[in-house]
Amino acid sequence: MSFSILGTGSYVPPRIVSNDELAGMMPTSDEWISQRVGVKERHICTTETAAELATQAALRALENSGTRPEELDMILAATVSGEEICPGIACQVQRDLGADCPAMDINAACSAFIYLLETAAGFFARGRMKRILLIGAERMSRLLEWDKAGICVIFGDGAGAAVLGPGEDLLASRLHTYGGDSVICIPNYIGASPFFTREARAPFVNMNGQETYKFAVNAMCRDLTQVLEDAGLEGPELAWVIPHQANVRIIQGAGKRLPIPEERFYVNIDRYGNTSSASIPIALDELNRGGKLKPGDLLAMCAFGGGLSSAASVLRWSV
Amino acid sequence: MLTLEKLIEFIAEQLDKDAAEINADTTLESLGIDSLGTVELVMNLEDVIGMEIELDEKLQTVGEFCAFVQKKQQEQA
Repeated sequence: MSFSILGTGSYVPPRIVSNDELAGMMPTSDEWISQRVGVKERHICTTETAAELATQAALRALENSGTRPEELDMILAATVSGEEICPGIACQVQRDLGADCPAMDINAACSAFIYLLETAAGFFARGRMKRILLIGAERMSRLLEWDKAGICVIFGDGAGAAVLGPGEDLLASRLHTYGGDSVICIPNYIGASPFFTREARAPFVNMNGQETYKFAVNAMCRDLTQVLEDAGLEGPELAWVIPHQANVRIIQGAGKRLPIPEERFYVNIDRYGNTSSASIPIALDELNRGGKLKPGDLLAMCAFGGGLSSAASVLRWSV
Repeated sequence: MLTLEKLIEFIAEQLDKDAAEINADTTLESLGIDSLGTVELVMNLEDVIGMEIELDEKLQTVGEFCAFVQKKQQEQA
């Protein structure tokens, strides 16, 4: 017993920030960002919170799946960029939807959506749930130093969601953690305790680009190879690979090393930037609403990021 | 042990360039290799020479790249 995906939804804030606009604010250029990362534009919140993005994506997923909020048995949300630590995003979505179910947030950084899928499969296997709402929602713009060009140009804001029901569509799943903060780290606000003696760290994304690239390409290759083997599949049998949209060169670097046709790797980082846990559900929703999925299609997802974490799964699309 | 000649041949093949136009003083930047490209090059070289290389130095030229890899090979020998 695992799940079937019944519907998807996504939402990004309407304000678009182009590379040229960023080049007017900091020492960078459209050419550098396009070649180095593969981003041309990203959506950035002006008044929207991560929880509000989450609710909008959730509403669309509910509508797409024909689910009423009161039918939900669980809301699981992933974020690293919520404006409140408590209540979590899932709780705020529960309130805004008028749902009446348990709700909790999970932090697995950029790998979180695949971690959420595996978590939901576990809840369905307990036999007590019929509808679970999953959301990845990020306001990454909150965590960036906007006067330093290297990192802030990579990220964007957005949310993606999926409604799941009981089924057998999770064919393989692997989750990995390599605990440590030397490659990717987002410190939290240190607080004002008069007793705590450690130094405060600025609450912004820190990332070693080269180490992240190497980790991500290796993780993507290893994890996809593992889940294909677990599922008894060959690469060309996949209709789509939905990679976390961290950097187009990671996707290309791994793609070259994998026996999967290049055109099967879905890429939309050019329009959204890296939206962390939202990137995979946003991409899945685009494929769904773009009519690019048909019942029986085999999809692979793979993610990698802070933790360090990585994950991959193979799903059957049944809608 | 990696030689400058073998490295130049390798880089030329990776980048689809003419090896005759690459020498020890050629900068990686002039070959269109940025910091991520350097990591990619090292990862591909690892497959060829059969050992993992930790990229813990900034490398500007092909000559520096060669000396760096030779140092790593000696350390692991």
